[in-house]
Amino acid sequence: MSTDVTAKSPAPAPPGKSGTAAGGGLLQLVLDGMRRNMRQYGMLIALGLIVALFAVWTNGDLLLPRNVSNLVLQNSYILILAIGMMLVIIAGHIDLSVGSLTAFVGSIAAVFMVNNDIPWPLAVLLCLAVGAAAGAAQGFFIAYLGIPSFIVTLAGMLVFRGLTEIFLEGQTLGPFPEGLQKVANGFLPEVGPETNYHNLTLLLGFALIAFVVIQEFRDRRRQQEFALDVPPMNLFILKLVAISAALLTVTMLLASYKGTPIVLLILGALVVGFGYVMRNAIIGRHIYAIGGNLPAAKLSGVKDKKVTFLIFLNMGMLAALAGLVFAARFNAASPKAGLNFELEAIAAAFIGGASMSGGVGTVLGAIIGGLVLGVLNNGMNLVGIGTDWQQVIKGLVLLLAVGFDVWNKRKVGS
Amino acid sequence: MAGPVLEMRSIVKTFPGVKALSDVTLTVQQGEVHAICGENGAGKSTLMKVLSGVHPHGTYEGDILFEGEVCEFKDIRASEQHGIVIIHQELALSPFLSLAENIFLGNEHAKGGFIDWRETLRHATELLRRVGLSDHPDTRVADIGVGKQQLVEIAKALSKKVKLLILDEPTAALNDEDSGKLLDLILELKKQGITSIIISHKLNEIRKVADSVTIIRDGQTIETLDVKAPETTEDRIISGMVGRDLEHRFPERTPHEPEKGAAPALEIRDWTVHHPIDQQRKVVDNVSIQVRRGEIVGIAGLMGAGRTELAMSVFGRTYGRYAGGTVLKDGEEIRTRTVPEAVKNGIAYVTEDRKHYGLNLIDTINRNISLSALGKVAKGGVVDEHEERKVAEGFRKSMNIKAPTVFEPVGKLSGGNQQKVVLSKWIFAGPDVLILDEPTRGIDVGAKYEIYTVIDKLAAEGKAVVFISSELPELLGMCDRIYTMAAGRLTGEFPRAEATQESLMRQMTKDKEVTR
Repeated sequence: MSTDVTAKSPAPAPPGKSGTAAGGGLLQLVLDGMRRNMRQYGMLIALGLIVALFAVWTNGDLLLPRNVSNLVLQNSYILILAIGMMLVIIAGHIDLSVGSLTAFVGSIAAVFMVNNDIPWPLAVLLCLAVGAAAGAAQGFFIAYLGIPSFIVTLAGMLVFRGLTEIFLEGQTLGPFPEGLQKVANGFLPEVGPETNYHNLTLLLGFALIAFVVIQEFRDRRRQQEFALDVPPMNLFILKLVAISAALLTVTMLLASYKGTPIVLLILGALVVGFGYVMRNAIIGRHIYAIGGNLPAAKLSGVKDKKVTFLIFLNMGMLAALAGLVFAARFNAASPKAGLNFELEAIAAAFIGGASMSGGVGTVLGAIIGGLVLGVLNNGMNLVGIGTDWQQVIKGLVLLLAVGFDVWNKRKVGS
Repeated sequence: MAGPVLEMRSIVKTFPGVKALSDVTLTVQQGEVHAICGENGAGKSTLMKVLSGVHPHGTYEGDILFEGEVCEFKDIRASEQHGIVIIHQELALSPFLSLAENIFLGNEHAKGGFIDWRETLRHATELLRRVGLSDHPDTRVADIGVGKQQLVEIAKALSKKVKLLILDEPTAALNDEDSGKLLDLILELKKQGITSIIISHKLNEIRKVADSVTIIRDGQTIETLDVKAPETTEDRIISGMVGRDLEHRFPERTPHEPEKGAAPALEIRDWTVHHPIDQQRKVVDNVSIQVRRGEIVGIAGLMGAGRTELAMSVFGRTYGRYAGGTVLKDGEEIRTRTVPEAVKNGIAYVTEDRKHYGLNLIDTINRNISLSALGKVAKGGVVDEHEERKVAEGFRKSMNIKAPTVFEPVGKLSGGNQQKVVLSKWIFAGPDVLILDEPTRGIDVGAKYEIYTVIDKLAAEGKAVVFISSELPELLGMCDRIYTMAAGRLTGEFPRAEATQESLMRQMTKDKEVTR
């Protein structure tokens, strides 16, 4: 049948155009990959520079084992929020309520544990449920009633802050049970023979490095199996060495102080879990799709309302987790807890590569963005820059990061 | 004619990595309507951007002579001061400002920084009359149709004392009636001494208004033809554009023989839909159609006939308010209340507006293709990226999507290649029935042929295809049967052999309320 013949060799390409399709190749792929991730690579480099700058400025104090450990503890709650915020922003929304919600859950936690002596593991679960419910309520208004997220969460910001003050009657409430304090401030226990380092941390660090390297190799081999283009070997090795070196440095620093903070483990689990979901799970894909082009996603059969609802439910739960960590770390629930946390989390997401119009960003990007802010905070504290100037500098860094992105896009796009 | 008003000599324009124009020469005579045609990506729009100063002097090589003077425009304002005005494909009107405000936007009648409303109103009324609009100048742009908006753009150009009017695919978004009015206006302006350059895909349009046509291919001028000369036929222009003789514009197709007795793959019965806001208005009125496996069925109609509305309301009720009707698949009634339900029942709808409703432009080819059927490349809710990549690679080859890898953002592809991605996406979903809404809109002739081949192959594989199109030759070339719609109603049904452009058009305009 004549149709079969034409079908197999789809229309003769017009002369002069066929060459462009076959071109490209390896170098193109690498350059493309670099270019597409420019924002993240750029921020990673910026993070490196900021670390180096303050390491020199503080005569090495920034990288003292004790300070690195502190850095993790100090920033954990912002990083937890930044992960959730990244999802919200990718979907094309915003959540202004997370700071208030953090404080609100802290106050509930205090009411549960301090006033009513509910066992802390149960109280933690209850608090997470409260956070999820608060997020779900906001998600309902946004997803099913179609009220803009900016408005709903602005309302939430006021409501939860007010409720916090009502619950706490304007007082700070504490102390929290020791078990919970350990989760927020504690470290993994010391095991094994006496060395100068924290054994379990070393073990974990080495295991992580081994895991990453093996995973990268497996990934590469699978790609080759499918006869797909892979980056050249030397570039690949370079990347592995860089990753391993960075992980090793952090491991050694933590191991030469008290070891791995438990919060870091929680954070690590969240990054891996959410990173995997956003990259590989269907729901992750749907989040990118509704943020990138909502009508197209709807017409593709994506259940946009359900996805939006779940994103805010999740954000509420993460805000609750951040609230618990924060309250436990300072061993008190305070009506002024979590002030401006929403702005820090939003800034972290944008520094880490999110776009105002949605559809773009990664969980790792949110962490990098959060770390840029965290190291800036910590470093500026160490060298004695006042909070006034700290705000000015952080504001400019946000402007610079997003400005760089806009400039970079324009350069590539035109 | 009084000699050339515009000469562009050996224009070369390079973007990083791409030579968009390698040697274009264009000569436009005083007072003529000059058409430019060429495939998408041939460099037409780039050339016009060079001419209008969007790409300023210094970023290209070559000379521009306007009215005998060498011009070095540094921005759009500079070219407008010389009387060169470009109207882009995407209209650049501000929807919530009035017609008058839009006409003088950036060029206001003002005294000491404050708008002179009296003069604005007087002048706007005069300009609107000149383009044949009787709307009040205070009307908001959002409240008039696209056809009128296009005329407002021209009024805006006239306010700038235009000598050379450039129109980039002005009728792409217009229905036949509005297109006709617009083309008449171009001819009217010609009488008033305004020279026009019109970029168009529509050859019948070129024949109607243009005096000469310059064909551009791969960034080079191929030839300039006199449109009125008898040897300048449509096939002549097409072969110039694609650089090959186009023996037939459609793949050869064995007409479908309907199997006796088998139930149609898709049957829509008594389908009625009300307008989403104006609920008294029936947008689709009691329409019944059927399509069999292996059959390509066309739906012809003018804008406002209700074709897209019918398709979208059947596909998960994504348009308007459902007011009655049933959908049957293989003789059994099915539910198509939501998009996932429709997809599950084997129906796919390929939208007419791929940029807004079909694709996530910032995402990559592979992720766009898999979106509507992620379950097929996933296990337990987790997407297997390698499998997904393989699928996308397969489509890139079989559909001849021109991109270096499947990781290219879809927004960077040409219209034809974007359309191939949308089609791939829905073919991957594995439907039995495909509703294709204007699948070849705004794409070049070569890519059109490829799309036709794909559609043909789908039918040969036993899929039922509903083909909605505004281009009658396309329907006549591809379909086994053609329905006509007008003002929401079904007005005719033609087997391929009995349909002609004239007979279809007669039914398409039947009982149609005249709206002005």
